Amino acid sequence: MNGFMSILKRDLHLAMRQGMDNMMVVMFFVLAVVLFPFGVGPEPNILARIAAGVIWVAALLASMLSLERLFQTDFEDGSLELLSLTPIALEVVVLAKITAHWLTTGLPLIVAAPVLAVLLNMSTEGFPILIVALILGTPSLSLIGAVGAALILGSRRGGVLLALLILPLYIPVLIFGVSAVDAVIGGFEAKAQLLILGAFLMAALPLCPWAAAAGLRQAIE
Amino acid sequence: MSNFSGKDLICVRGERTVFTGLNFTLEAGGALVLIGPNASGKSSLLRLMAGLLKAASGSLSWDVEEISEDPEAHGGRLHYVGHHDAVKPVLNVSENVSFWASLMSGGADVGDATAAALSAFGIGHLADVPGRFLSAGQKRRVNLARILAAPAPLWLLDEPTTALDKEAITALEATIERHRAGGGMVVISTHSDMQLADYQVLDLTDFASPQPELERAS
Repeated sequence: MNGFMSILKRDLHLAMRQGMDNMMVVMFFVLAVVLFPFGVGPEPNILARIAAGVIWVAALLASMLSLERLFQTDFEDGSLELLSLTPIALEVVVLAKITAHWLTTGLPLIVAAPVLAVLLNMSTEGFPILIVALILGTPSLSLIGAVGAALILGSRRGGVLLALLILPLYIPVLIFGVSAVDAVIGGFEAKAQLLILGAFLMAALPLCPWAAAAGLRQAIE
Repeated sequence: MSNFSGKDLICVRGERTVFTGLNFTLEAGGALVLIGPNASGKSSLLRLMAGLLKAASGSLSWDVEEISEDPEAHGGRLHYVGHHDAVKPVLNVSENVSFWASLMSGGADVGDATAAALSAFGIGHLADVPGRFLSAGQKRRVNLARILAAPAPLWLLDEPTTALDKEAITALEATIERHRAGGGMVVISTHSDMQLADYQVLDLTDFASPQPELERAS
């Protein structure tokens, strides 16, 4: 547990000192969403109809944008080798890094999402459920993405490969995240969708750090 | 007293067999110096000892326990210095060293140990300098201070003298001797002569696998 906290603190520390990197992810998220009214026209009904989907897709892409760097810098400067040689299990190291990634990228996205929802004329009943769905969904995105980030280590053009590897895996989260918001706006309950999002998170929490750690061991060799 | 040994180690990298049938035994307080030309497998052997690489066959053991059975426990008793210095450009020298020290010592307070380690390698005055302003030699000194800041019985040093000046090499030799006097072990690969007291030498060329010329002829 101590080891988990030290790695988490160090990664947050590193992220703070390189503040621009994380700001860029949020800026990308905002810009990507803002492009849609220009693309599909300012018709309020159309925007309200696609709001949840647009926000979720932009959040997926934004969270993916920062994943490439999750292990890359540690891999390049030799820190990853040393992290694998500490008395702490590599799975715990990975989980700490994923937590730091979510806190520095997922959380700002959740904060920015309601503002963008206003911009897209989303109906106000959808706001709380959008936030809840993002809180349940974005950690799964970081967890799944970490597996991809571990697999692309050492490959050139890793960013594109990463997108090809993990975007298909994001689809279930996207479907249930959007449908939760749409259900509430349409006057239905969204309990089932939220439970499924929670189930994804519960499944990803033990499986993804384990898979990512296996990928890292391969990369270090 | 503990001992660290390897038996019948075979290392394969890609298609090439780097070395075969390698044995070594290291007692507490011992030092093993690896010599051999480039690509003879010095780094591979050190990575194998650290558990970063898996041997194609053979076994490594600490006392009587096989290392592959509990890799985390092995990680906790060794320090590895490789080709990269793992110095974060945005963290200062003391933060860099104390992070690793606290990981190794399970979250204990490492402030004093860090300061002592920094001054042992003559970089005490750099404690507040961010990693990005350090020269190659200074980064190497930070990396060496890291292994001194948290105790571990086994040191695996892969060409630790790279980029170091004479004064730092002397400091390193003194540190290694002190580590050995306290019952620690050192495995070190080097191209330059280091002044160490009675050490064993392992020449990797003795274990090179015979070149497969016969296969090519047939």
